[in-house]
Amino acid sequence: MCKWPLVTLLLGLLATSGAQCAQTARETIARAVSAEDPAEQQRLVASLAGQSDPDIARLLTSWKEGEFFLYEPVDAEGSPRGPKVPVTLGEDKDADEKQPALRLDTAQPLLDEKVAPVRLAAGDLTSADTDADLRLAMKDVLEAFALTDPLPARRLQAIQQVGFAQDAAKLPLLAARLDQEKDTAARKAIREAMAMVRLKAEDDSVKIAACAELGRLGSIPSRDLLNALARDFAETKPYVAAAANDAKGRIADHLWWVNTWGTVFRGFSGGSVLLIIAIGLAITFGLMGVINMAHGELIAVGAYTTYLLQCVFGAGLTLAPFGLFSFSLPALNLSGRAYDAYFAFALPLSFVAAALVGIALERGIIRFLYRRPLESLLATWGVSLVFQQIFRSVFGANNVQVDSPAWLSGNFTAFDVTFGWNRLFVIAFAGAIIAGTWLILNKTSLGLLIRAVMQNRQMAACMGVRTERVNMLTFGFGSGLAGLAGAFLSQIGNVGPGMGQDRIVDAFMTVVVGGVGNLFGTVLSALFIGVADQSLQQVLGNPVLGKILVLGGIILFLQWRPAGLFVTSSRSLEG
Amino acid sequence: MTKRSKLELCGVALATLLLAVVFPLLNAHGVLSDFTLNLWGKYLCYAILAISVDLLWGYTGLLSLGQALFFSLGGYMLGMHLMLLAGPMGQYAQSGQNPHGLPDFMVFLGHTFLPWFWKPFRSFSFALAMVFVLPGLLALTFGYLAFRSRIKGVYFSILTQALTYAVALMFFRNDMVMGGNNGFTDFRTVLGFDIRSPATQRGLFIATSVLLAAIYLGCRWLSRTKFGLVQRAVRDSETRVLFSGYAAASYKLFAFVVSALIASVGGALYVAQVRIINPSEMWPDKSLEAVVWCAVGGRGTLIGPVLGALGVNALKSWATTELADLWSILLGGLFIFFVLFLPKGIAGIPAMLSNALRHRAQPEERPSDAALPEPQALTGRTAVAEKQEVEV
Repeated sequence: MCKWPLVTLLLGLLATSGAQCAQTARETIARAVSAEDPAEQQRLVASLAGQSDPDIARLLTSWKEGEFFLYEPVDAEGSPRGPKVPVTLGEDKDADEKQPALRLDTAQPLLDEKVAPVRLAAGDLTSADTDADLRLAMKDVLEAFALTDPLPARRLQAIQQVGFAQDAAKLPLLAARLDQEKDTAARKAIREAMAMVRLKAEDDSVKIAACAELGRLGSIPSRDLLNALARDFAETKPYVAAAANDAKGRIADHLWWVNTWGTVFRGFSGGSVLLIIAIGLAITFGLMGVINMAHGELIAVGAYTTYLLQCVFGAGLTLAPFGLFSFSLPALNLSGRAYDAYFAFALPLSFVAAALVGIALERGIIRFLYRRPLESLLATWGVSLVFQQIFRSVFGANNVQVDSPAWLSGNFTAFDVTFGWNRLFVIAFAGAIIAGTWLILNKTSLGLLIRAVMQNRQMAACMGVRTERVNMLTFGFGSGLAGLAGAFLSQIGNVGPGMGQDRIVDAFMTVVVGGVGNLFGTVLSALFIGVADQSLQQVLGNPVLGKILVLGGIILFLQWRPAGLFVTSSRSLEG
Repeated sequence: MTKRSKLELCGVALATLLLAVVFPLLNAHGVLSDFTLNLWGKYLCYAILAISVDLLWGYTGLLSLGQALFFSLGGYMLGMHLMLLAGPMGQYAQSGQNPHGLPDFMVFLGHTFLPWFWKPFRSFSFALAMVFVLPGLLALTFGYLAFRSRIKGVYFSILTQALTYAVALMFFRNDMVMGGNNGFTDFRTVLGFDIRSPATQRGLFIATSVLLAAIYLGCRWLSRTKFGLVQRAVRDSETRVLFSGYAAASYKLFAFVVSALIASVGGALYVAQVRIINPSEMWPDKSLEAVVWCAVGGRGTLIGPVLGALGVNALKSWATTELADLWSILLGGLFIFFVLFLPKGIAGIPAMLSNALRHRAQPEERPSDAALPEPQALTGRTAVAEKQEVEV
């Protein structure tokens, strides 16, 4: 490669070229720093183009920022002792402002004739300056380097920047990259960037071909460029403008699909959130007929359990409920992955915590009200008031901060549609909860008892089923599911005293629309409401208006099917 | 007329005299502060709301969780008129930024002319008519749809809650041009009187007291007519009413509309006295609170809701200053207590005491808590009907 510096300079190709060269990138840069002639400096820097040594970006940036110095070794008499050495200065600064010097070419400490490390003060040294031409050359190298960045996301960004810059000189570079690139997203981005650059070409046929290519690719970022093109050539070259408009039309079609799929995805994840919240209610309200207005507070119990566990895994927490006494939670002071693991522990714990609270609620209040469903609504509303106040007194009136584990944040893009990991997780989580609930209700002996008691309490009691106990366990199970919902909601929404209240109306609507007593109906209605909500938001561009329409739609839907999507048949007159 | 109803009427007359004459007189002579009178005026409006809940829940068996919606709608209708009166006297008009005398919030939002639906509200009589027409129409439409498809029990409750939630969300929006989040406030005059003067407030207090008494007597009369009997029959066993050839849906619809109108009137008087109305008044909790008053006072009676509204709100005013945060624990606890141990509310305490005395004299097996009959079981519900309810 070094035999043909021009070829290297122009194409800046193979990632392996650095290894074939006699010199490492570090040595080349060191030579460039010490070179006297600006042209030689530029040539050396330019020769780095296309190499994938990770040192390049770091060293060139340091150079630009003036962190390289030229050290002139002197002997005892003060006369020069050999050529100037490019050095950097190390970390530990002593009282005389002196820092250990490191040789730029080897990154080893600089030694004097007594083989002792040299310490230098930045103020005594001449820093290796860069002029405008050199910086330009560096920029080119850095850009080319970014195109080969090992991280695909950064590579994509670099490719897009080249496209937006519309610099025709970069075309060969992109073309060369296209041959090597394996990543499909990056390949598409390169073709897109090349087409974007070619929009500026002199030749009209190239321009038109580039327009067609962008249209084919459904290139969303190029819309502004195409708009400008269509505007500029509307009078002079209508055929170019027509090609640009055609491409715009194709891109708009593509965008419509992207938005639609994004909406469907968000709708499904929104529906899954709704489902996670409503599934516990589908058990306590749908199967048992208890209107538990404190369901939202059971969700909050789960969320606060998650918060407490997070604090235990992290820096601990001191609580002073009601200002009467205070106690501290132990702190494990974990970080990184170990800290993120708190969520895995929080899921079962929040289930247990909410289930215990639910069982206490059932034993203490609700079991007296099975025959008075409307009054259970009122009593549990009282419970919800009490709980909210307890949350406020213990955890404060403001929302508390719950961190998402690293593996739940971030997103990925497929076909221009962005998928958030947490949204994907909520869908999977909802699926798992539904599957688990179905299995418990249909495949376990407890499920058999639950169904028997819910269908006919007296008959089940006659057969020797301990209905009181089954009631307690069923209510505990439904409450535990609410706790799980809380643990999950803590990852995607606020955790505060009122968090349950905000969602309870939606949850009841979901169960009612699905058909009380039918889990499958709840699933369908949650997904349906979620997708309808997101689509209306998309069409109307206003979340509140969409919600109002959904509520209105539900009221009208119940005209058509007063008992929800799936009616549980009953011989009871008033059933 | 039985001795008991004579006693009841005397009590009503006495209470009205106390509220409509003695309280304002005391206030005029400085014994009762303006603040206290205003506070009690607010409670009386709440009492009207509680009666409207009771008419539905206690007498017809329909637990509406949307009564606060009709209450606030009535308030908004009168509020629109009051806002138009206040516009030319508002801050913007004084600084010359409001040539058309729009309500202040409209100027703030950049409106330059009055939206069409605001225009007729310049007339007081139109606004007064709308206090009845709009909530009435809404109740008629919603009730017709709900009762036609035989939505009842908890479904009716949840649906009314969804309705009030949807409307509240709508009123929170600024482009509804109904004041958005802040609602209506800063009223100046009503019918040419300064709305903030103690004399006007006294007048409004007297009007509220008299109206409360009138509503009480009207509902008392209604419950004694044949309609009242069918109403209670619907509550106790709707199926039997249907089988007996009555159109239960029409009876329910009538009760629903009447109670919406009562709530709406209460709301209009509330706005005139409290001088602020915003969408948080129709948030689902407010309706639930009204149901609490009714339950605490004793549903299925007329005196119950009034006692409940006055009692709970007086307690609330006291507790929010004395106990601050703990107030909602007290309210929630009170509520659980009443539902579990005093299902007939305050109004049911005398009957319960005399019952307990009789039981002591003549020991009998006490019914278990779970089998406690509904408060209205006295009106002829049988074991069969109760069993059917359980299966709902």
